[in-house]
Amino acid sequence: MEKFRGVDYYGIEGLLSEEERMVRDAVRDWVEAEFLPVVTEHHRAGTFPVSLIPRLGELGVFGATLTGYGCAGLNNVAYGLIMQELERGDSGLRSAASVQSGLVMYPIYTYGSEAQKEEWLPAMARGERVGCFGLTEPDHGSDPGGMKTRARRQGNVYVLNGTKLWITNGSIADVAVVWAKEDDGEIYGYLVERGTPGFSTLDIHGKFSMRASITSELSFQDCRIPLANKFPNVKGLRGPLGCLNQARYGIAWGAVGAAMACYDWTLQYAQQRIQFGKPIASFQLVQQKLVWMITEITKAQLLCLQLGRLKDEGHVRAQQVSLAKMNNVQMALDSARLARDVLGAAGIVDEHPVIRHMMNLETVNTYEGTHDIHTLIIGRDITGLDAFGM
Amino acid sequence: MKILVTVKQVPDTATQVKIAPDGKTIDPTGITWIVSPYDEFAVEEALRIKEKRGQGEVVAVSLGPDRVKEALRSCLAMGCDRAIHLNDPVWATADTLATAKALAAAIKQEGPQLVLCGRQAIDDDMGAVTAQLAELLGWPCAYWIMEEAIDADGKSVRAARQVEGGLEVFDLPLPAILAAQKGLNEPRYPTLKGIMGAKKKEIRDVKAADLGWASEPPQLSIVGLQALPPRPPGRIIAGDVPTAVKELVRALREDAKAI
Ligand SMILES: Cc1cc2nc3c(=O)[nH]c(=O)nc-3n(C[C@H](O)[C@H](O)[C@H](O)COP(=O)(O)OP(=O)(O)OC[C@H]3O[C@@H](n4cnc5c(N)ncnc54)[C@H](O)[C@@H]3O)c2cc1C
Ligand SMILES: Cc1cc2nc3c(=O)[nH]c(=O)nc-3n(C[C@H](O)[C@H](O)[C@H](O)COP(=O)(O)OP(=O)(O)OC[C@H]3O[C@@H](n4cnc5c(N)ncnc54)[C@H](O)[C@@H]3O)c2cc1C
Repeated sequence: MEKFRGVDYYGIEGLLSEEERMVRDAVRDWVEAEFLPVVTEHHRAGTFPVSLIPRLGELGVFGATLTGYGCAGLNNVAYGLIMQELERGDSGLRSAASVQSGLVMYPIYTYGSEAQKEEWLPAMARGERVGCFGLTEPDHGSDPGGMKTRARRQGNVYVLNGTKLWITNGSIADVAVVWAKEDDGEIYGYLVERGTPGFSTLDIHGKFSMRASITSELSFQDCRIPLANKFPNVKGLRGPLGCLNQARYGIAWGAVGAAMACYDWTLQYAQQRIQFGKPIASFQLVQQKLVWMITEITKAQLLCLQLGRLKDEGHVRAQQVSLAKMNNVQMALDSARLARDVLGAAGIVDEHPVIRHMMNLETVNTYEGTHDIHTLIIGRDITGLDAFGM
Repeated sequence: MKILVTVKQVPDTATQVKIAPDGKTIDPTGITWIVSPYDEFAVEEALRIKEKRGQGEVVAVSLGPDRVKEALRSCLAMGCDRAIHLNDPVWATADTLATAKALAAAIKQEGPQLVLCGRQAIDDDMGAVTAQLAELLGWPCAYWIMEEAIDADGKSVRAARQVEGGLEVFDLPLPAILAAQKGLNEPRYPTLKGIMGAKKKEIRDVKAADLGWASEPPQLSIVGLQALPPRPPGRIIAGDVPTAVKELVRALREDAKAI
């Protein structure tokens, strides 16, 4: 197949600044040269290429929208384009960057003390240290407010007890941002360093999705952490939800990247694959699938761009982010499934990137608020009526 | 040490070039423009020299229309300190000699100790500008450079050039011109911070008049561009192996005249 040259049916390129295009191209080239050559091997082995984390740091991907602390200070559109290009490689790659940037560096930057920022942000920006985000629990996924993990103050320490499940980068992280309830029933955030007695991790195996990404269980048994490791500036569910809002924004763009990868590959495949004496791209049913993909990708690209511009102006609402996450991940998943179909039997092997994206997107559909949960968020927003069943 | 790097903006290697209706130029629609890869080696080497010496300035220079600014911006994002854009309609039809003359005039104004170029631009593959520059400036010059080392006092450079089966090593007094070959180094990616920083760096527009340039007609003019004839389709030889091999040998000998 020819080298990926982007998917832009509507001249959206022209709506980007030169700087935004340069950022995108730098990440695209990096993914092409450094990541794609190793993704299949990691996907098969169920591992993440951890040696690339400092390389991503060098590139400047981590915490790219933050200012100071060695971060690049990009706007949100440029950040979105980074996520798009990373997920064009693999959802696991984008996840690693999303977690580090949106779920770990962002809360440290927004809710953390100056000492916490100084300690973690520069090293994380360089990719020398890795973070993970522990919100989901075995019994509490879509309703994190019901979490069981507890933090109790005892003298000059907090004692943590509980289990977090499905945590991206859990076992490779130097620090976990952990959300737990105190005796006042409120949720607070804590930084728990790897190696702290009482804190252990266990990787989840047997995944069919997000294989080139580490997913772990975090367990806290009378885990004592210094008082200074608590975020001083946040209380309640809005803490973790604020982070999720950052990461969901990145996912909305990332999903478009995965869909672009599937589309570009499948279009070329269909033009080359001969059945009944003709390229399969000449058949109406195949064209219909390709046309559906390019139409939905184009709409999703415009959705992202406007969302990014709103975010850069400081006007974005969480429900608008929900809409883009919900729509774009669904369209990416549907695109990947169509692409898989057009590849025929070739679509089930990892020589082609399509089934890897298709399986990854099942996770992307579920995490950071499932598709249905975002539907309910938007439903509540427009009707004023809560359908969560509480 | 001041180092000047000449860069040319060329169509991306993946571009399928189409000839424009005038038959003399290429159709620019849909082309993605990049810095010619050999020039990227030159930029990288200049940045490494500066980093190794702990001081100095790296200036990127390019001649071409407005779009060339993007190529210069990516050099700035890689780490060049500033850029000069030779941007004047009189250079629209510049051949290699006219290009070299304009660049030489800019180099004289800047007075660098070293000029790095790519061994050729990958669009027209002329590979002439470096030598013409050296001639115009009266500086020593070496092509196809795989290694270089500037001596401690900055008076000369030792450069190794790729030749069949090995390296040929030269000492050149500075100022000198070197043309980079693939393998000299591995160019860095522009970092995102570098990209952000690039917009604060200067790209100076230089007109022909600023260089005291007297308009002169190009010595080379392009008469026409011709696409390669389409490759004839391949042929599959059917039949059992002994017969097919016989036919293959016959075809190679008589039709293709390959053996
Ligand atoms: C690979 C991977 C990586 C992950 N990484 C992280 C991470 O780094 N950090 C982290 O904290 N979490 C992470 N997660 C967890 C993820 O956020 C949760 O899986 C997600 O929130 C859904 O929770 P759940 O799996 O418990 O599903 P459930 O909440 O049990 O949902 C099951 C189904 O019920 C539906 N549902 C639930 N409530 C309602 C309702 N009120 N009305 C209608 N339908 C409803 C859901 O939409 C879904 O279809 C990860 C998950 C995966 C798969
Ligand atoms: C795990 C596995 C096991 C298998 N086992 C066997 C086996 O035991 N024996 C065996 O003989 N085969 C087997 N197959 C092969 C299977 O039957 C073929 O994959 C199937 O017939 C499709 O052919 P293809 O993969 O070449 O796809 P293609 O024929 O190339 O089809 C690609 C796409 O083009 C579409 N398409 C093709 N022609 C047209 C048209 N005219 N109009 C519109 N759309 C069109 C198809 O619907 C599909 O979406 C197996 C396949 C798999 C994946």
